[in-house]
Amino acid sequence: MSRIQVFDPALCCSTGVCGVDVDQQLVGFSADVDWAKQNGANIERFNLAQQPMDFAENNLVKAFLERSGEEALPLILVDGEIALAGRYPSRVELSRWTGIALVEEQPKSGCCGGNSSCS
Amino acid sequence: MVKLKFLDQPPRFLFFTGKGGVGKTSVACATAIQLADAGRRVLLVSTDPASNVGQVFGITIGNQITVIAAVPNLAALEIDPQAAAKAYRDRIVGPVRGVLPESVVKSIEEQLSGACTTEIAAFDEFTSLLIDSALTAGYEHIVFDTAPTGHTIRLLQLPGAWSGFLEEGKGDASCLGPLAGLEKQRSQYKAAVDALADPKRSRLILVARAQQATLREVARTHEELAAIGLSQQYLVINGILPQAEVAKDVLATAIFEREQNAMASLSALLKSLPLDCIELKPFNLVGLDALRKLFTPAVSINTDSDATSLAIEVPSLSKLVDSIAKDGHGLVMLMGKGGVGKTTLAAAVAVELALRGLPVHLTTSDPAAHLSETLNSALENLTVSRIDPHAETERYRASILASKGAQLDAQGRALLEEDLRSPCTEEIAVFQAFSRVIREAGKKFVVMDTAPTGHTLLLLDATGAYHREVSRQMVGSDVHFLTPMMQLQDPKQTKVLLVTLAETTPVLEAANLQADLRRAGIEPWAWVINNSVAAATVHSPLLRQRAANELHEIETVANRHAHHYAVVPLLKDEPVGMERLHEMATSNY
Repeated sequence: MSRIQVFDPALCCSTGVCGVDVDQQLVGFSADVDWAKQNGANIERFNLAQQPMDFAENNLVKAFLERSGEEALPLILVDGEIALAGRYPSRVELSRWTGIALVEEQPKSGCCGGNSSCS
Repeated sequence: MVKLKFLDQPPRFLFFTGKGGVGKTSVACATAIQLADAGRRVLLVSTDPASNVGQVFGITIGNQITVIAAVPNLAALEIDPQAAAKAYRDRIVGPVRGVLPESVVKSIEEQLSGACTTEIAAFDEFTSLLIDSALTAGYEHIVFDTAPTGHTIRLLQLPGAWSGFLEEGKGDASCLGPLAGLEKQRSQYKAAVDALADPKRSRLILVARAQQATLREVARTHEELAAIGLSQQYLVINGILPQAEVAKDVLATAIFEREQNAMASLSALLKSLPLDCIELKPFNLVGLDALRKLFTPAVSINTDSDATSLAIEVPSLSKLVDSIAKDGHGLVMLMGKGGVGKTTLAAAVAVELALRGLPVHLTTSDPAAHLSETLNSALENLTVSRIDPHAETERYRASILASKGAQLDAQGRALLEEDLRSPCTEEIAVFQAFSRVIREAGKKFVVMDTAPTGHTLLLLDATGAYHREVSRQMVGSDVHFLTPMMQLQDPKQTKVLLVTLAETTPVLEAANLQADLRRAGIEPWAWVINNSVAAATVHSPLLRQRAANELHEIETVANRHAHHYAVVPLLKDEPVGMERLHEMATSNY
């Protein structure tokens, strides 16, 4: 299964509730990540405030930060390549990258249920 | 020696908690000495930012276990939460300095400068003392004098959240933020939490003074800590004025009666706890001899009983208000730790401004509300409103859950709810409520008894949420715009008054607040020292001693910390109502 890396801006928490106004995208995305992980996705989040080394050690991410600044985050890499920047992916996009079927489209007994892999 | 309940068959870990200035470091020191004198091997741990444990024993202690030669069986250790947080910050930020862009590094540093980081870093240091290890194996008792209440609550609350977080394995780093950097020791955190919640191993001693506000706060601490499993709690009321002092002194009589009333109206919740009372001592609690005498009843002092300590000449609150009034309008914020009297002073400032004929809006977060109620309709040009922090936080939580959490599944909702329990949430919620009022300050005076911390302001400013929002609305127009941050930074529009007491720890806490605000580009305009005995005229030997002790602190504030300052004397009557508030502001020079 594809490896997804999400590079978040400096957040005090991953849902962003500490901000002046809760970012709906962040709230939704946190739930989506949770969903994807439950379904066995290989997805990791890096918070700039907590794991800056992961930003510094990845040349792609480091160059992106230098070019576009923190404001341009989040940055999403799929298998080490830039897949999306400046916004969080939707559940549909996560589904495309991971191969996890969306529940409403696929009955639970489908070939991709649980942790088994279709790819 | 009086038999004290909290010292009866003590378990291994003893925690003393209470807000700054109640004397928990002294009580913790005296406890450690008493246990050591009884032949127990004791480790005393201090997290007091004003740590005077070293001073008490006349040696430098610092961040490693140090044997106290003067007391057999006793060793001590000082944990500086600020230093622990700084070390943690350096560990995270150090490696990327010069690697990532400067602005990015700055933003990371601010994120790691909040209260949460300090607490988690300090708790990380605590952990090693709460688990079985070679480090602590030799000690039968470990006595902790923890940091002030709010700090302590969250510090101790965190492990509960942590272990839930660890067991359920919820994926995200969430509000437990810095845990990510410390997660090597998951099992150790768990062990530390278990030790805390085990009544056979841990005892929590709430230290308070016989004052309504302090006791209210202690009751809250009691409930919050009981809820997270610290069920074995004791109450110590420190510094009670002995009846013998009452003779010939009106102020001492008033204090005595006020304290006895506060004790009599102890809430049922606190009444159910084992209680010990410690009398106010005429001597400074420095040095071994003094500490050994802390738990003994006060002997009547052999001093000249006719002596009087006259009120010192210090600027009054009214003088301060004269300068504020010149601006004609603006925002006045009173800041300081809980229990120093921000609400009362805010009311006094508002009354003084209103008496000068100026339009004033007083906004308080007064939990009792009786103070604000007595002022409503007292003067035509004075309006009073109230913001209830708990209600605001609940409303904020509910609205977020209803709007942003609406489409989440059960798991996602649980995660969001967890994050909404973070300490920042209350501050943000209250700040939002206040920013609605702030706008009025262009036309009249707005006086508030609370304010966001510098950290919150920086965080909000760094995220640029306000800035961006305001700029967006201004696109295409040349109108000069002002963000709340810009308004707060401009001394012409905003005056911050730091409120403190003339005691070591409260002054230090206020100085920390000042440093925090300066970081956000806000320069406190003045300091107000409340409840000063030195600014009153007293006969009681005990009160005279207290007045003498205050002089050094008042001097420190006047010479080292404050641009302007005022001292408000300790009053005979509780300053409720317009006349008494006015009296409070004008009663000294």
